[in-house]
Amino acid sequence: MGISRWQGQARGSWQSHPGPARPCPEPALSAAQGGGLPWRAGSAAESQPGSVLAGRAPPCLPPGHGAMNCRSEVLEVSVEGRQIEEAMLAVLHTILLHRSTGKFHYKKEGTYSIGTVGTQDVDCDFIDFTYVRVSSEELDRALRKAVGEFKDALRNSGGDGMGQISLEFYQKKKSRWPFSDECIPWEVWTIRVNVVSLANEQERQICREKVGEKLCEKVINIVEVMNRHEYLPKMPTQSEVDNVFDTGLKDVQPYLYKISYQITDSLGTSVTTTMRRLIKDTLAL
Amino acid sequence: MDTDLSSQDRKDLDKFIKFFALKTVQVIVQARLGEKICTRSSSSPTGSDWFNLAIKDIPEVTHEAKKALAGQLPAVGRSMCVEISLKTSEGDSMELEIWCLEMNEKCDKEIKVSYTVYNRLSLLLKSLLAITRVTPAYRLSRKQGHEYVILYRIYFGEVQLSGLGEGFQTVRVGTVGTPVGTITLSCAYRINLAFMSTRTTAEDNAAVYPSVEDSQEVCTTSFSTSPPSQLSSSRLSYQPAALGVGSADMGYPVVFAGGLNAAHPHQLIVPGKEGGVPLVPSQSPHATQADQERMAMCTPLDGAHYSAATPSSSEDTETVSNSSEAKSGSPHDILETIFVRKVGAFVNKPINQVTMANLDIPFAMFAPKNIELEDNDPMVNPPDSPETESPLLGSLHSEGSSGNSTGNTHDDFVMVDFKPAFSKDDILPMDLGTFYREFQNPPQLSSLSIDIGAQSMAEDLDSLPEKLAVHEKNVKEFDAFVETLQ
Repeated sequence: MGISRWQGQARGSWQSHPGPARPCPEPALSAAQGGGLPWRAGSAAESQPGSVLAGRAPPCLPPGHGAMNCRSEVLEVSVEGRQIEEAMLAVLHTILLHRSTGKFHYKKEGTYSIGTVGTQDVDCDFIDFTYVRVSSEELDRALRKAVGEFKDALRNSGGDGMGQISLEFYQKKKSRWPFSDECIPWEVWTIRVNVVSLANEQERQICREKVGEKLCEKVINIVEVMNRHEYLPKMPTQSEVDNVFDTGLKDVQPYLYKISYQITDSLGTSVTTTMRRLIKDTLAL
Repeated sequence: MDTDLSSQDRKDLDKFIKFFALKTVQVIVQARLGEKICTRSSSSPTGSDWFNLAIKDIPEVTHEAKKALAGQLPAVGRSMCVEISLKTSEGDSMELEIWCLEMNEKCDKEIKVSYTVYNRLSLLLKSLLAITRVTPAYRLSRKQGHEYVILYRIYFGEVQLSGLGEGFQTVRVGTVGTPVGTITLSCAYRINLAFMSTRTTAEDNAAVYPSVEDSQEVCTTSFSTSPPSQLSSSRLSYQPAALGVGSADMGYPVVFAGGLNAAHPHQLIVPGKEGGVPLVPSQSPHATQADQERMAMCTPLDGAHYSAATPSSSEDTETVSNSSEAKSGSPHDILETIFVRKVGAFVNKPINQVTMANLDIPFAMFAPKNIELEDNDPMVNPPDSPETESPLLGSLHSEGSSGNSTGNTHDDFVMVDFKPAFSKDDILPMDLGTFYREFQNPPQLSSLSIDIGAQSMAEDLDSLPEKLAVHEKNVKEFDAFVETLQ
């Protein structure tokens, strides 16, 4: 059955065995086409004094010229304070479900096999909603950490409770010394959050259901975007795999991603306190 | 690359499509079993996980799917459909969803079969996993158990959507282009949950289930795996405000109310689990009926206990009109029974409410309750508190009551099932919600009451002159007393 074996160099020959025989993957990065700067405004430069960087890899420069066109999707939700975490996790996990593969195992002759991704249902406690996430505790922990920080920042902002959290998928492009690698985003998901406060338990009950309905809509939106089959990075060779995928997890392999957030102050302008978390090859657990 | 598909490609593509169809069925059916699904990731490929996803294969489901496909593959005009329906313990059934795997003629000759098509099919399966948790039938299926079960049926051929009622909605899971056509996976789901009463007379029953009886390969299996406790947490609320929004906003609890335009004033109690009587399955899960329908069903205890008041608007003849004639007791008698039952201090209210879901009207639990019940409920309105606002939320209806305009005025209030976070009511006889409700309006402490104090002070003031006069008379005695002290 479905053994995933990837055939060697591009000779065009396909092995016939039960699983799908695949041709040699093409080089990871196609030439960067010129395009507008896709990077979201407000995400400041690297290594701010207060920012926390996770992982050992050097930080990426923000993309300069030659950045590929990056598609950008925006979702908006209104939630009550205690629903923030679950709502964010539901959306982020749904996106990452679609943007994760099994672990690649490269073998000789350039072939590689792909591991299996398991899934599990997660019931929300504060929302009438169930979402599916990949079965990876490391990934879940990383997301929970990021979402926890976002929630704390939102709660402490003291403003009217608006903010946004961004999940960005990027590719790395190696540059020669002394220049750092470039990070070229190819897909950015932004979730705008509006926090409401409710007066009594009855309103909370209604909010449970309403937010559940909204999240259902968001999942459908996400699936719609995913199934447009727009640009995806090409499958990398072994030497290039770390430029495309986050290979630091032990059971799944998501595309390289980073999560950042912004809190809007009460004046409605974006506040500069953007803490960038770079969650890269290895995670700070 | 030549435009014709090589034979190897063709073979691979056929295999992919076949296993994709089988996995699609597995995902859909497993999502309607009523329990959470969990599979493990494995970094080393086991060799048996199609599309790099850990999706278990339930043998029975695979068998049924293969039987329905009968060696064919989805093609133009030949779609594979999985129908999800609900069947109550009374025997009424209703189609909830039809999942369709279709193929159309639009070909993508350039696409690589063993690479792009495979990956896109994998992505489509992930999308299917996500979407199956998002349609209304998911929450229904999580609560299946004694009162209703969720069934599936696989058929191959033309898609039949007529059983979904009016105004059904469609969600597209995704498409994958292949050199032989474009695969599309979509779901059409019912909005109108007003139940089609199919138990009028015996002779009508034969014509009642067209979609089940008349279609091609029929196989119906149900999975009723929920523990009884799940019933306690069923939601009873709905929001009429979003009625009729239909296409734009897809509000899922709303859809339950979409068809409940008729008033359902009394949803009365079947004693059900309260009496501690176990519900008896009518047949074992693996017995086979004549038409290959296998069901694990539980019948209610005592059909004679319930009746329903005739709805004030009978434009939907779909619900209760038939039951009232057959059942014993007048509504008021039953109400008396309710009151008696509800007085107990640790009565688990949610169970009451669930069993109030009239088995005549399986979706009665989503219908508005009669306000009388709430008014007289001592737990909701404790006797010593002055006119407390009913916990039934008026604001629910403030936005629009178009759906209930035909109902009686009691429909202004909707029972919002109180579900505090983390409370599970299958463990303790009294759950957090009940506790909260009961002690929501405690009486005032008597020592804090002002009246008594005020009263005694007045008395004191009045009696003061008399006391003074008495003391003045006894001045000499007081003086003598003082002298003895010195």
